[in-house]
Amino acid sequence: MSLLAVHDLHARYGNAEVLHGIDFDVPAGEVTVVLGANGAGKTTILRSICAMVHTSGRIVFDGRDISGMRTDRIARLGIAHVPQGRGTFGDLTVEENLLIGGYTTSQAATTRSIERWYEFFPRLRERRTQLAAGLSGGEQQMLAIARALVPEPRLLLLDEPSLGLAPRITQEVFRALGQINEDTGTTILVVEQNAHLALEIGSSAVLVDAGRVVAQRPAAALAHDDAVRRAYLGY
Amino acid sequence: MQVFLQQVVDGLTWGALYAAFALSIVLVYRASGIVNFAQGEMAMISAFCAWQFHQWGAPLYLAIAGAMVVAFLFGALTERVLIRPLASSPNHMPLVIITLGLMLVLNSAAGWIWGVQSKEFPSIVSGPAITLGPVAMSRQSVVIVGAVVVVAALLFVLFQRTRIGLAMRAAAGNPESAKLIGVPVGSMLTIGWGLAAAIGALAASLAAPQLFLQPNMLVASLIYAFAAAVLGGLDSPVGAIVGGLCVGVAENLAGTYISWIGHDFKQAVALALILGVLLLRPEGLFGTRKVARV
Repeated sequence: MSLLAVHDLHARYGNAEVLHGIDFDVPAGEVTVVLGANGAGKTTILRSICAMVHTSGRIVFDGRDISGMRTDRIARLGIAHVPQGRGTFGDLTVEENLLIGGYTTSQAATTRSIERWYEFFPRLRERRTQLAAGLSGGEQQMLAIARALVPEPRLLLLDEPSLGLAPRITQEVFRALGQINEDTGTTILVVEQNAHLALEIGSSAVLVDAGRVVAQRPAAALAHDDAVRRAYLGY
Repeated sequence: MQVFLQQVVDGLTWGALYAAFALSIVLVYRASGIVNFAQGEMAMISAFCAWQFHQWGAPLYLAIAGAMVVAFLFGALTERVLIRPLASSPNHMPLVIITLGLMLVLNSAAGWIWGVQSKEFPSIVSGPAITLGPVAMSRQSVVIVGAVVVVAALLFVLFQRTRIGLAMRAAAGNPESAKLIGVPVGSMLTIGWGLAAAIGALAASLAAPQLFLQPNMLVASLIYAFAAAVLGGLDSPVGAIVGGLCVGVAENLAGTYISWIGHDFKQAVALALILGVLLLRPEGLFGTRKVARV
């Protein structure tokens, strides 16, 4: 059962087409990894799902065609997106960031949810009254993930969560993501340069090259495919 | 000493008005990233509306409340119709030109509808001035200061304690992220413009008894308000209030004690202040410093 299905997706910035008709599926409850070189169009795939670029084609979420919908409406359906660079609100406190994360759900559910993610990321509770801008890169990433999870989304999109983080912190973030997927069953679609780490929690990978999907394979199969491994995993 | 205190108190009254206009400017700046040069003319038209409602028989406070509602709708409509279509462009110049155009149109429209002769605008309260020791304060001044305090308190509650206020701050701080968590950013901007216009309507209606009602009534006040907003930091509501009070007091004291400035040259104080702040501390007292990498 796929939670998200993308059919013949084209995307462009101005007149430059970046995605040339791609198809892939995101199975429900699993972690799917998008791999590809810089400039292959990975970020654009995520931005297309949330209607932040001009697209054509079909994007079906939970049996419903969401192409052409407005970004904030898509978020309301249960798609959370942690953009590249984390997208936290620097001039809001940690707690305010989490509160606004629950904009689409009730106040009571938000409070409950925030408590839960404070348990999961105790660092955020320690820093609840600080401005988000003052957090370290790793803390910001945790805040961005927690904020995205506050409304209990069904699909979590993550764009390069490792960007700008020390390797040790990156490992922590991925361990947390794996845990979240296990605990909550939230479906995750993650774009990541660090293929090795991402595949540890991913069950399948979408390989992207120059705006096209080359293949979609189970993660386990990738490690044994020499050509793919050299091209996409870099070892 | 008595003259000094009296000038400070008078300065605070005017400062409260400048603070209110500066708040309008700041709310719009936070929403759309531009200075709305038509903010003063929008407020002026609203004061004319209040006057008109009063002429038609509404009690003054209801007339002013009605004008605030009209102003809110007009501000919201301005954002939707004139600003939104061009807002996605990174070049803000067309928007600034649009607000300048709107300023001219509204100024002429007021003259065309109501004439250019000054009209009397009644005070909300009448009666002798209230004396506090050595200083006196007109009852209208007390109302003005009180109204601005209430507006500031309401805005504080809105932005700090309510979900929609938080959403407005998020939308202003990072529109893209706000959309991704489901905040209808467009509506937040519209509300920001509406609120700004409603605050302007209130301030203009309270200032009108002193300034008299005519199309150019707010030109000078708006220059002080710009100075106040720049001094406080264009994106800081707290800054707008502090800036407004500082400008009001500074302007009054300069006019009294620096003989060559006098009453007629007081606006130069505002311009000097704008220039000084932009040169020495462009982000103002409370604003966020913009870091640009080049």
